[in-house]
Amino acid sequence: MARPLAPRIETLLWTAQRASAAALGLCVAVHLVTIVLAVRGGLSAAEILARTRGGITWLLFYGLFVVAVAIHAPIGLRSILRETTAWRGRSLDLACGLFALALVVFGWRAVGGLFR
Amino acid sequence: MPADGGTLEVRVWRGGAEGRYVPYAVPRRQSQTVLDAVSYIQRHLDASLSYRFACRVGMCGSCAMTVNGKPRWTCRTHVAKVARGGALTVGPLRNLPVIKDLACDMAPFFDKWAKAEGRFRPPTEPARDFVPVRPASPARQAADAGIECIGCAVCYAACDVVAANPDYLGPAALNRAWTLVNDVRDAGQRERLAAVAGDAGCHACHSQQGCREYCPKHLNPTAAIAGLKRVTARAALKGEI
Amino acid sequence: MKAGHIALAWRGRSHANYLAFLVHRLSGLALALFLPLHFWALGRAIEGEAALDGFLRWADRPLVKFAEAGLVVLLAIHLAGGLRVLAIEFLPWRNWQKTAVAASAGFALAVGVLFLLNAAG
Repeated sequence: MARPLAPRIETLLWTAQRASAAALGLCVAVHLVTIVLAVRGGLSAAEILARTRGGITWLLFYGLFVVAVAIHAPIGLRSILRETTAWRGRSLDLACGLFALALVVFGWRAVGGLFR
Repeated sequence: MPADGGTLEVRVWRGGAEGRYVPYAVPRRQSQTVLDAVSYIQRHLDASLSYRFACRVGMCGSCAMTVNGKPRWTCRTHVAKVARGGALTVGPLRNLPVIKDLACDMAPFFDKWAKAEGRFRPPTEPARDFVPVRPASPARQAADAGIECIGCAVCYAACDVVAANPDYLGPAALNRAWTLVNDVRDAGQRERLAAVAGDAGCHACHSQQGCREYCPKHLNPTAAIAGLKRVTARAALKGEI
Repeated sequence: MKAGHIALAWRGRSHANYLAFLVHRLSGLALALFLPLHFWALGRAIEGEAALDGFLRWADRPLVKFAEAGLVVLLAIHLAGGLRVLAIEFLPWRNWQKTAVAASAGFALAVGVLFLLNAAG
């Protein structure tokens, strides 16, 4: 099996997860309020796009939201997989890295699509 | 002590890693502890029962077992408090190799205290003077909060992270390390922080708080581990570990 | 292991903070698995308003709405539970652990109810 990551890297991963958690604390709170208000009277594409198209603040906020999530979720998933399955080592680290990359790419793609 | 009337059914783990619970009928007595019940079985019903105890008064930390699924000091646990329907189930501590019956191999537990740099490292130069440690200083208070641990392994048996990650140092060793991190006289801080960081160390903790829930001395390893998480994260960011 | 043994092993975990850990982990896992789906659905906006509307019409069924409320509750509970974890790890210790667990659960439930009320109204 491949060598485990150095304690320093593990510690930095933990720090990154907690830092992104703090950012997400704010992002998710805003997101929840938006959801609860937006669903009032039903959702329509025109309504959503009117809110999102050309809104720079909106773009920056959700762009950052995506990054925070892409840091936060894969590190958490890695812990869960290591503790509940036999999957460990480099291949797991790589898979979680790819998951993070995919979240950024598809998250930004979605945000960009709603902005344009 | 006079007999209290009635019988207690005590199901005791017999065997090693593989084994089964064997029921014994133990006369119920006043102020009877779980250790009393286990001792009765060993003395009167089956002399081949293996278990550990020494002081009987909550000072030595050797009689910890799993009582009705929860880790406890058997000497300080009254039967009246834990018996369910006149029955008790007593097993060895979780997360440690079972030697026989109720006796576990404690070596992995204490090995981790050593791995966590759980011993005082004096400076290489002999001390020329006393180091003033004010009792009210935050560091002294933090050390005080965890220093009464007697190494009974109740917290270690209660911790699910230990169960999921056998390399995890566990609550007791990390609590010990935290008391030393707060010892201003200690000269081995960098090595200690490196030893307790990462996935086998404090950052594996999920604050499930089984350690705090079951510690018979009411210590709080969760808070100690949180302290380690902070100082090691700071050290990692600065490149010190 | 026999069922009795498993029940016995779980008795040691029957305390509020363990339950909070379990809920936090499961909600986090569910949210992580939901994210790709969420991004895929939003990504349909690139294909134009009609595609997004098609998806939204599909999502406007009672059962889907109910599932969405579940997701909103998961998000709220992971948020509240996460703030609780950050408080444990970064603030001085307070003996409010059970209160914090109860408050997190109450908050998540309230957000879910609010969502359903608004979605229905």
